[in-house]
Amino acid sequence: MATTQSSTKKRKSASSGANGAKPDVPGVSAEKLLEFYNQMVYVRLFEEACQRAFRQGRVGGYLHVYIGQEAVAVGLLDTYQPEDRVITAYRDHAHALLLGSPPNEVMAELYGKGTGIVKGKGGSMHLFDVPNGLMGGYGIVGGHIPLGVGMAYAMAYQQTGGIVQLYFGDGAIHNGAYHEAANLAGLWGKSGMNPTLFILENNQYGMGTSVERATANTDLGSKFASYGIEHEKVDGMDVVAMNEAAHRLSKQVRETGVPFAIEAMTYRIAPHGAADFLEKYRSKEEVKEARKRDPIGLLEQRILDAGAADEEALETIRKANKEIADAAVTFAEESPDPDIAELYTDVYADSPEVHSA
Amino acid sequence: MPVMTYRDAIKSAMAEEMERDESVVLLGEDIGLYGGTHLVTDGLLDKFGSKRVIDTPIAEGGFTGAAIGMAMMGMRPIVEMMTWNFSFQAADQIIQNAAKIRYFSGGQASVPLVIRGPNGGGVQLSAQHTHSLEGFYGHFPGLKVVAPVTPHDAKGMMIEAIRDPDPVLILEAGALYGTKGEVPEGEYTVEFGKARIAREGTDVSLIGYGRQVNLLLKVAERLQADEGITAEVIDVRSIRPFDEETLVNSVMKTNRAVVVEEQWRWFSVASEVAASIQEHAFDYLDAPVERVSGAETPAPYARNLEAAAFPNEEQIIDAVRRVAYRRA
Repeated sequence: MATTQSSTKKRKSASSGANGAKPDVPGVSAEKLLEFYNQMVYVRLFEEACQRAFRQGRVGGYLHVYIGQEAVAVGLLDTYQPEDRVITAYRDHAHALLLGSPPNEVMAELYGKGTGIVKGKGGSMHLFDVPNGLMGGYGIVGGHIPLGVGMAYAMAYQQTGGIVQLYFGDGAIHNGAYHEAANLAGLWGKSGMNPTLFILENNQYGMGTSVERATANTDLGSKFASYGIEHEKVDGMDVVAMNEAAHRLSKQVRETGVPFAIEAMTYRIAPHGAADFLEKYRSKEEVKEARKRDPIGLLEQRILDAGAADEEALETIRKANKEIADAAVTFAEESPDPDIAELYTDVYADSPEVHSA
Repeated sequence: MPVMTYRDAIKSAMAEEMERDESVVLLGEDIGLYGGTHLVTDGLLDKFGSKRVIDTPIAEGGFTGAAIGMAMMGMRPIVEMMTWNFSFQAADQIIQNAAKIRYFSGGQASVPLVIRGPNGGGVQLSAQHTHSLEGFYGHFPGLKVVAPVTPHDAKGMMIEAIRDPDPVLILEAGALYGTKGEVPEGEYTVEFGKARIAREGTDVSLIGYGRQVNLLLKVAERLQADEGITAEVIDVRSIRPFDEETLVNSVMKTNRAVVVEEQWRWFSVASEVAASIQEHAFDYLDAPVERVSGAETPAPYARNLEAAAFPNEEQIIDAVRRVAYRRA
């Protein structure tokens, strides 16, 4: 049942995590590896269901799936604390699901239904789940980065003890909004006023433009250094490595109020958007090569090698998550469209309320 | 009643709200140590400290976006645009984020943000530093846009804006920071969406906002003295939400309207006012609604060219004669 799945995903506590274990160093428990596996498969199968629905014409607009990048959000959001906030761009389904958003409501949002997590008003690019810490998915590349930095200022000002996990892609780092925001973060961090954990999801392409075709300085980490923000490159296909860095660095940001940046080296195995059929900008061989380091495949191997579980156990996990995704699709398909009166709600605080029967 | 400058009215509103509510903070370029380019924030850094009066680098998109993020976390930031001309740098943040977040979050998030600064021309700043952006920003649902002209309204609207749960843009009359007016003691607010009758009259409705209201009052005196025309002057003051009722009631009484604005005519506030009047008071009109607007050019520098680019008394009087079917 979907609700069971999502509630098991709610973070218990950060200390139950990888407790600072280094990748390839024994110390990540079998239980933890299986938890990661469960989460990554959950995201993957959900995204595949989204893709099918999009191709069937049941999901409108744009659809950007997280396939290939699962280790990044899974590794990082394992450190999430209730006082934290998460903000990202439009490739946002995974972040919502991992923070505990009900998969049914996420899928219903994609379907544009009244049961959607933002009432069918935002769609795929604008998932919000404020009670679970998700301050939104945003559709303008780079445009949300200043918001995240401002949220971190507010959290330092209010002394909540929280941090902001601020996700963005390699395409966004060339946008002025990034540079202005990073400059502010570095500046405010000097007085401990900016607990932002920047997460640059370097999936190698800003839409169809590779990093090499977008900048003469392909050392993207140096673009943090310019603003006095320390950074670290992490293998974004390795959930254990991501998780280790996430625990260590989120703790540091939380304690100091000084921003830090993780450059997660990942790869978008799926097309940019579900309508990106031709993929003229990259070769089939390149994608095939990348699939050898599919983060789920890598973790599977690690689990099997460590004897943490057998193939049968993994299959059980896959099957359970397939059921969740299927149930979400059914829920979305059977849900009603939004009440037409919702068109005019939520423009202002005093916009008319809709009282559905 | 105490008399105060427009500048001090705004400052006192911010200072009083900062005293009352710790979540109110200021951000902007040179608002702290420097005191503000127009001295509207002068002295507030000393009073409230650098965590609440935040000098920013010259990066309007960055700090406006950051202020939106602060507002989403329950703070009440006030952004100073050194002038509204620079807000194009932040337009993506204002339009794509501040105006829409409540909506596309399905009501989960809100942006209680104020952005304020001088708007309009008249001081020879030429093309890039002279805009009247009320029509531009008034276009976007999700924003509130106001343009006070009196110190009384500047203070009352600022307090109203700070307490508003949605983003409010205050387009201050940049040329009027030093002008004085009566401001009540103690706390008060001026409700948005209510126009003000600045002068009662029976023969023609002169409708404007911002510094044009002062011009209209002068014109009204001249019309009274020279032509025997008793003009009613309406200060629109709230662009979005917009008070159709007051305008329409005035025109139902006077049967004639001249709308005056500094901005360009096409797709402007005056056009919207004229449309509202014809929709709601068509049968009361004795003449087509006249618009007197800024010249359709980038703002020029030379004093005489700039004067010619904005509405003046003669243009307005000519328009009144046309709607009143009178010869000069």
